[in-house]
Amino acid sequence: MFKYTLQRILYMMLVFFIITMMCFILVRMLPPLPLDPMRPETTVVAARREAMGYNKPYLVQFGIFLKNIFTDFNWGVSEKLYYGQEVVKVFVTKMPPTMLVNLYSILWTIPVGIGLGIFAALKKNSLIDYGISTLTMVTISVPSFVYAFLVQYFFSYKLSWFPFLMNSGEEYFTWPMFVSMLPAVLSLSFGTIAGFTRTTRAELTEVLTSDFMLLARTKGLTKAQATIRHAMKNCMVVVLPSIFGSFIGILSGSMIIERIFGVPGIGGLTLNAINGRDYNIFMLTTCFYTAIGLAASLVVDISYGFIDPRIRMGSKK
Amino acid sequence: MKNMEFVESISQEQFQFVQKDAQLRDHKLETKARGYIGDAFVRFRKNKSSVIAAWVLLFLLVYAFLAPIVSPYTLDDTDGVYYNAPAFIPAIAKLNLGIMDGSRTLPSQTQDSLNAWRGIAEETGYDPVLGIVDTRVETILYRGQEVERTTYTIETNRYYEPGVMYRTMSYEEFEKVQQWQNETGIQVIYPYVDPEDINGISDMPNVWYKCDNKGTPKLDKDGNLVPVYSTRTHKAGAEYNSLRIEGDDGSYVYSTAVSGAVKVRVCYYNYYQYKNGMEPTYLFGTDIVGRDLFSAIGKGARFSILFAICVSAINLSLGAVYGAIQGYYGGVIDMALDRVSDILSGVPFTVVATLFQFHLVLTGKASALEAFLFAFVLTGWIGMAALTRKLFYRFKSQEFVMAARTLGASDARLMFKHIFPNGLGTIITSCALVIPGVIGSETSLTYLGIVDLNAMVGCTLGTLLSSGQASMTTAPHAMLWPSVYFALLMICFNLFGNGLRDAFNPSMRGVED
Repeated sequence: MFKYTLQRILYMMLVFFIITMMCFILVRMLPPLPLDPMRPETTVVAARREAMGYNKPYLVQFGIFLKNIFTDFNWGVSEKLYYGQEVVKVFVTKMPPTMLVNLYSILWTIPVGIGLGIFAALKKNSLIDYGISTLTMVTISVPSFVYAFLVQYFFSYKLSWFPFLMNSGEEYFTWPMFVSMLPAVLSLSFGTIAGFTRTTRAELTEVLTSDFMLLARTKGLTKAQATIRHAMKNCMVVVLPSIFGSFIGILSGSMIIERIFGVPGIGGLTLNAINGRDYNIFMLTTCFYTAIGLAASLVVDISYGFIDPRIRMGSKK
Repeated sequence: MKNMEFVESISQEQFQFVQKDAQLRDHKLETKARGYIGDAFVRFRKNKSSVIAAWVLLFLLVYAFLAPIVSPYTLDDTDGVYYNAPAFIPAIAKLNLGIMDGSRTLPSQTQDSLNAWRGIAEETGYDPVLGIVDTRVETILYRGQEVERTTYTIETNRYYEPGVMYRTMSYEEFEKVQQWQNETGIQVIYPYVDPEDINGISDMPNVWYKCDNKGTPKLDKDGNLVPVYSTRTHKAGAEYNSLRIEGDDGSYVYSTAVSGAVKVRVCYYNYYQYKNGMEPTYLFGTDIVGRDLFSAIGKGARFSILFAICVSAINLSLGAVYGAIQGYYGGVIDMALDRVSDILSGVPFTVVATLFQFHLVLTGKASALEAFLFAFVLTGWIGMAALTRKLFYRFKSQEFVMAARTLGASDARLMFKHIFPNGLGTIITSCALVIPGVIGSETSLTYLGIVDLNAMVGCTLGTLLSSGQASMTTAPHAMLWPSVYFALLMICFNLFGNGLRDAFNPSMRGVED
């Protein structure tokens, strides 16, 4: 298992390295932004550009880029949005809102989603099951920004329960801040709940029809005991990895939700970097999103391997 | 034993031969044989939600293709006054059903503003006020004294609200409007009101009565508005030989001169009819630039659907070939190709789309649409390739393949003639699930403004949603209809696709209970 894990991690790092290199070269091939000579920070930015080897071959530039990252985690300075500021520092200030919003959303969607899934599976082929399943399908299909519109229109505008936009400021653990995060949290939740419900229901209905469930009942367990001790365990083989995957995914957030609710997070930063063509920020967020995506699939793979030794993808044995 | 005795007791005459003359042969099967497609269709029909989704989907598709044709407006018909206006169809509005009447709710209106609305109603004959929803009496502090003030929440017709507006037009156009008035008998031009008669107010075209310097009407003792139309003929812009309003003895002036043109007061509702040849008719209302939402949604959706079909067709063929090579040859080739697709699938789609926009569009090498298409094609085929690869692994070691190989079939023939058709159903039905995915990402990216297709296709669902969201509180309909259409499209495509996939999956045969 250790060898398998190590293999997966190394492979993911290789993939990450290649993607970073490709994106880096593609970004550097773009004509650099003209600098504003009137601003005092321009000398800093120009000096940084020189130090990063702007006129050297791309591979040399990439070498300098890697060296800067490995020696002092330096991703360059912002050339447009936060003129002259360290990209990493800007990035770090944007992390907490994104993570909090997604964390709150995940925390309450997991129990609700799994609960609904179990409920539907136990009532299989009843009216409740059909209702839940169809609703799940519908909910998954509707993109999150439609929910965001609904939440914003009804809860923020019509009922005025929540503010339209998330509060700015750095005090993330105050009550007003929490309330102002709720619309974004809610909008993100519908799809996640439906996702968990669907996975749980599909897996549990299959497990419940297995022979070992019958055996568990014949040896004298009640239905509840059999379900919790035998069915749930097997069902979790699939559900747990997807929970781990979602936990990694909470870091990346959603650009659309962040834009609609004015969450000062990473999605918004990326979007602004794209529209303002701030390449250094864009490069950092690109690496970040790539790493998150790869890490999520890595965690899913490895946790599958841990939970269920039958599926060790890519392992020779 | 007892039975035997019973049988023996039956006399011989009572027996007779069965089928003595008849020949025994199999009956011909009277039911029709069911093919693969027919079988799938039967299974599809059992899935009620998919069938409903299929019908709704058909309706949505028909809408997308017909709406821009049926609608009297094109995307270029924007209106600077009737923007963000709610649904309005004159014929239905006249029935007073409370729908399609262009109504919106305006809170905190005072008695003075009610008089102003009345002014518009009396002059143009179109009463903007549909009804008073709520009356509220509150005591407020005004200059140190407590004053009771009544405010009203009223429902107004957004299309009658503008009332009369100033328009500066050339002499020829002024002539043309007069001619049109004579032909149709609809009053567009209303008598001019000189600012000098209304306390120097020059930015309130709807004031035609005696008022104070804020435009608040001064009523006469019967509570009527007192007209102050201009009779200063020396200020007239051009001759006027057309319809005159009621109460005009021929002395009213209908225009004033401004540097080489005339400035007139036009009733916007009628001016609109003059310009467009019809009354404003908007089934879904208008968007933020005054476009007909009915046709704009159709246009945006039509683009999205065609684009998605195009993308999935390309990805389907690319992915099928790639996956076929991977699955058929296996081993080192499979591994090498797998690494390539691993790397490509690791790049977030937003990044791919952005880089394509940066590299191709900003440098002018390709249009936004082409760059967008490339972005979808670059990573979109990976799912399809994985699916094909799996199918090939399943089929390639089966007997029929070996038989074909023994007969000397080439690799390409084996791949695409013998193995591929077996998985065709699965592959094609998975397309029905790829299409909503493409529509979803296309809409997200145009919504975020990362990809700007407006110059190419006029509008997309994403841009409609984005502008609708901006005016959510004042014009909820501009957000509602695109969202409803989009959500329905996604739901139906997904339900339909799922049903199709299950129906074409032979392992599902007979499982349903």
